[in-house]
Amino acid sequence: MKTIKSALLAGSILVLPALAQAEDSDDPIIIPIHNWSSQIVMSNVVGQMFEEMGLNVEYVTTDSQAVYESVRLGDVALELEVWEGAFGASFREALEKGGLHDAGDHDAVTREDWWYPMWTKEACPGLPDWQALNDCAHLFATPETGDKGRYLDGPVDWLKHGKERAEALGLNYVVINAGSAAALWAEIGAAEKDKKPVLVFNWTPNFAEAVWPGEFVEFPVWEDGCDTDPAKGPNPDALYDCGNPAKGYLKKAAWDGMPDKWPSAYCVLEKISFTNAQIAEMAKFVDTDDMEPEEAAAVWLDENRDIVDPWVAACES
Amino acid sequence: MTIAGAEVGSGKAAEAPPNRTLWILLGIAVALMLGRALGLLPDWLIRLPDWMIPPTAEWLDAIFAFVQNDLGLLQVTRAIAGGLEYLLDATANLLYGKRRWPYLGPIPWSAIAAVAAVLGYFLGGWRMAALAGGTFVWTALIGQWEIAMQTMSVLVVAAPFAFLIGLLLGIAAWKYRAFDMALRPILSVLQTLPFFTYLLPAVIFFKVGPTAGAVATIVYALPPMILMTTLGLKKVPPEVVEAGKMSGCTRWQMLTRVYLPAARTELLVGVNQVIMLCLAMVVLTAFIGMPGLGAKLLAMMGSFKLGRSFEIGVTIVLLAITLDRLSKAWVVRQPVHFERGTPWWQRHVFLLAGAGAFVLFYVLAQFVEILNEVGIRQNLSQGREIDALIKSVLDIDAVQAVTQWLRWFLNVQILIPFRNSLLWIPTPAFILLVTALSYWVGGRRPAIYAAVFFSIVALSGWWDRSVITLYTVISAVILATLIGIPVAIAAARTEKWSRRMLLVCDSAQTFPSFIYLIPAIMLFGVNDVAVIFSILIFAMVPLMRYTIEGLRTVPPEMTEAADMSGATRRQKLMSVQIPLALPTMAVGFNQAIMFAFFMVIVAAFIGTQDLGQELQRTLAGSDIGKNIVLGMNVSLMALTFDMAILAWANRRERALGLTK
Repeated sequence: MKTIKSALLAGSILVLPALAQAEDSDDPIIIPIHNWSSQIVMSNVVGQMFEEMGLNVEYVTTDSQAVYESVRLGDVALELEVWEGAFGASFREALEKGGLHDAGDHDAVTREDWWYPMWTKEACPGLPDWQALNDCAHLFATPETGDKGRYLDGPVDWLKHGKERAEALGLNYVVINAGSAAALWAEIGAAEKDKKPVLVFNWTPNFAEAVWPGEFVEFPVWEDGCDTDPAKGPNPDALYDCGNPAKGYLKKAAWDGMPDKWPSAYCVLEKISFTNAQIAEMAKFVDTDDMEPEEAAAVWLDENRDIVDPWVAACES
Repeated sequence: MTIAGAEVGSGKAAEAPPNRTLWILLGIAVALMLGRALGLLPDWLIRLPDWMIPPTAEWLDAIFAFVQNDLGLLQVTRAIAGGLEYLLDATANLLYGKRRWPYLGPIPWSAIAAVAAVLGYFLGGWRMAALAGGTFVWTALIGQWEIAMQTMSVLVVAAPFAFLIGLLLGIAAWKYRAFDMALRPILSVLQTLPFFTYLLPAVIFFKVGPTAGAVATIVYALPPMILMTTLGLKKVPPEVVEAGKMSGCTRWQMLTRVYLPAARTELLVGVNQVIMLCLAMVVLTAFIGMPGLGAKLLAMMGSFKLGRSFEIGVTIVLLAITLDRLSKAWVVRQPVHFERGTPWWQRHVFLLAGAGAFVLFYVLAQFVEILNEVGIRQNLSQGREIDALIKSVLDIDAVQAVTQWLRWFLNVQILIPFRNSLLWIPTPAFILLVTALSYWVGGRRPAIYAAVFFSIVALSGWWDRSVITLYTVISAVILATLIGIPVAIAAARTEKWSRRMLLVCDSAQTFPSFIYLIPAIMLFGVNDVAVIFSILIFAMVPLMRYTIEGLRTVPPEMTEAADMSGATRRQKLMSVQIPLALPTMAVGFNQAIMFAFFMVIVAAFIGTQDLGQELQRTLAGSDIGKNIVLGMNVSLMALTFDMAILAWANRRERALGLTK
């Protein structure tokens, strides 16, 4: 296969000397978008950068877990937000199967953990220390959980291990899995009026920080191997007895065929690196300012030329 | 005793008395349960031990890998996907200007709205014209034109394909009995398979994006088209066939000039069903990359924008009702015949009017920007205001007090004990109980299927989750019956209220079920009450629809006979109308169960502990084997009920002499 390809390549070089230099394909670069704003806007920002470079771009809406299978098969070219906590497992699985690779980290760090809106702290002043959780368990109790507290974890397909942690740290809590991000917001939204204490799964960067100020619970600090080696963390007999990494990575992933097919776009992709503040701003345009994602991306690009242009310039030479 | 009473009486007599088999089944089940209560039952009779459960998922994975890679099916499907993509790109270009061949689009919104209005006038006069034109004007003004057209660009390809494939399969099933026999079980499974199970194979074989969305939509919309085609062709009267034969038609002419035109009504009902099912998939296919209204809705819900989600829901309902009414008007409309010698333009006056309106607005839009595109800042979206309204309603203290009490009462007093007792029943006893129920309701055949199907579920290794799924469905359907039937009976008393209620049913059915989830959670929190509440809304629709239709179509001579013999309104209802409407109501009840099985999987987005949650988990990986096993479990349980209830309804109809 490879020899045929290089033979063809050699042939085309002979016939069309003008094309000898590696050029980006005219085929559209397919960028996947998911169902949260920062990712949609970021994808549009990068897409518009590619378009300015004269490339064709198309967007496709996909599931955020299934997308790694699509990157692997080359159905989509890249993925701009690979969260360590949420998608690390799917990403690694696809990586092992082959077909996609790591295209570098963003500056931004991600954190996903047990979280509460600020009003909760008034009822339970010992927070954010996790050891306060058991004393406050009754505040988080609901009819179904009896005298135990209730923690609303992320959907099962996010693989968050809330139950294991509650057990490992001896927390007097029932862990319920919400079915979607929307379910988490609905739960916080419903608690807002009466300032009812709630404990839910949340992450940053995220639009919710702007709507409901809050804090993460400080669990025992993450040590490498906490999820594989019982010795790590305070409980010597259990896994998952630490908090999630407070500075998780946010990666970009690319299809293995991308560097050959769109070399300059790939070069830019490698350079791209957004910070937490930039990502929060992208999300804010859509979530609080009610812009459409394309519009938000255009506005963001206009305001941040000095950041973006050097990445493109570096790849032109 | 009135005539009606006599008939009903004889209907009861025709039913077989509960016989020995039933008692034996129940006896063993009770013995098993007693054994468990007394602690005498060995563990392997309570739940199947792990070593007895075959690794079905791994086998399926292996089969799939073999078919996909070694047999090269992937190449075939990807080639099909390529062709499909070409078509989708063309419609996408026309409707929203994707940069693909034929590079003509996007067509201005005003031109499309104008054509829709002319079409509406052609099919159903001014009211239809207002509905069809108004829907498109609303879509544009609310700022959803582009996403609505993304959705339509897939539907205008998927619906004709579903129609064509359904028509061909339906003809084949009518011609060849063996094919019909083979097709029917497949269709039943397809109709009950949860949509999560369509998604993974669609993505793997047809590439994430509109192509997979189109394929999943086509597969989902096929079954009723096939069934209606076969039904219509079977009903063609022999006189018509004779006439065709006498005039010396070839086989092809027989089919295209005699059979298909004679089955026109059924075929068009099939078309109507295809359109409605296509719209039902708009949101679900967003999970596999279908762009448009569904994807936007999910994004809006992900950032807690209830108002905007609600507006998208309204657009989907409007589109669905427009297409539904238009296609129904088409069913009723008889072909118009012109006198020989009528000039061409007179015969095609509406076609010309449509084309004229199109050209007029197309040209106008080149000069008047607002007719071409409604800008982001110009639209009339009231997202924030609706948000505030929804929140303020949910915040009313009385509402909160009621829902908090309901949450406590239903969860603690009813649902949790009910679930725990179902989970407590030993597996073999549970299977026997379901078998006995099927035997009692449907007779022997459904009972055998029930036993086989539930045994397969037990062998799948997902017993507890299946029982929880069943518990949710049963609870929701019981509550839906308790609320829906009285409302429907009340509405059925007058024509006006029947019509209004049916419109409510239409809207509730096409309104994307996802939108129910958020208010359900805000009212009840993430727990079973919210899950059951959202299923309940959906399951009530067919119950009410069929009850109203059943009561309204009770033959008038029967009710008159009751009136003449001096029955009170209550007596008339209880001993004449309801018994006669019962078979139809049973079909509605059956539909309610099917809808509940569908919605229980969607409710995984609230947060459940049933099969839906596991199905959702499989989306994270490429666990296709497990995905299919879980989907089959849902399908098998749904089919068990389906067969038992339909068998009952058929027998009952025959006993009442309602079938022709």
